[in-house]
Amino acid sequence: MTLPPFQSFLDEHADAVYRFLVATAGPSDADDCFQETFLAALRAYPRLRPDSNPRAWVMTIAHRKGLDAHRRRARGAVPVAEIPDVAFSHPDGTGEVWRHVAALPPKQRAAVAHRYVADLAYGQIAEIIGCSEDAARQNVSEGLRRLREAVEE
Amino acid sequence: MSAVEDLLRRSACAGAPPLERLLERAADDGLVDVAYAEVDSPLGPLLVASTPKGLVRVAYPDQSIDDVLGELSRLVSPRVLEAPARLERERRQLDDYFAGRRTGFNIPVDWSLERGFTLRVLRAAARIPPGETISYGEIATRAGSPRAARAAGNALGSNRKPIVVPCHRVVHAGGGLGGYTGGLHRKEFLLGLEGLGGPGAEGR
Repeated sequence: MTLPPFQSFLDEHADAVYRFLVATAGPSDADDCFQETFLAALRAYPRLRPDSNPRAWVMTIAHRKGLDAHRRRARGAVPVAEIPDVAFSHPDGTGEVWRHVAALPPKQRAAVAHRYVADLAYGQIAEIIGCSEDAARQNVSEGLRRLREAVEE
Repeated sequence: MSAVEDLLRRSACAGAPPLERLLERAADDGLVDVAYAEVDSPLGPLLVASTPKGLVRVAYPDQSIDDVLGELSRLVSPRVLEAPARLERERRQLDDYFAGRRTGFNIPVDWSLERGFTLRVLRAAARIPPGETISYGEIATRAGSPRAARAAGNALGSNRKPIVVPCHRVVHAGGGLGGYTGGLHRKEFLLGLEGLGGPGAEGR
């Protein structure tokens, strides 16, 4: 078994990774995180085992890059809650919900994004954020509960 | 599905990912081992690929892009990326060649996928000047094995860089065109482009 050309890998996962990063790191950091993610992936790609799950692998990298961006943000200037609302605006207003996602605790935020942006199974989410499958399920449902409250407010 | 779940799924669109910037940074960091692009030509769209050492592949459209890229991924490196900017020189020279503005190519060639007799034959083919043809026996001689005309034909048939490495300039001593990796109509077209009428033109 051999690895497909990196271009195929990129074509297959770029959209999901970008959506995930916009949802979790916020639109202003998503571009940088996206490049950091795929540069790291490109660097390590020749050593990727052909039988591993490439979506889970690249999402793990994206998850870490997203957390790094959050840490930088926390240390530095702009708290997440202060990201201008306009950054999340969406033609039909649905983008609003991601402002609430951004305000969730990190694990819930990531779990919700992996579930609804990247369409990952709970087992994969658990692997990526480093917890049990039950905990992943719980993070998603707790995140959803908070979102429901926030959206209904 | 709850209203929030529905909202999340519907709003999970983020515009296009910043792929151009990624490609620039990958190139800056020396992470593109194989760059490829499609180049239009009168013989159909050509897949052209290069490594930092030089041109590694020219493929006619009869071959599937997936197969060609898969082979490069396996034999050179899986760090294969579509990067037209990296193949600007190749595209320009091919355009000029097909427009009759140039007869040969000034492009470094990466020979790392060729070995032994095949490598010697293809290197000899690369040195046949535009407007000339030689026989299979002659190229076998130039490759150091005068009696291996048939094997030389096979080596030419495996040419991974047709057009640029002009294996089309090798024809039968008796006047026939011989074979060609991209089909005989293409060989005929290329020889015609170079002012050679094909069969019987040798020694003109």
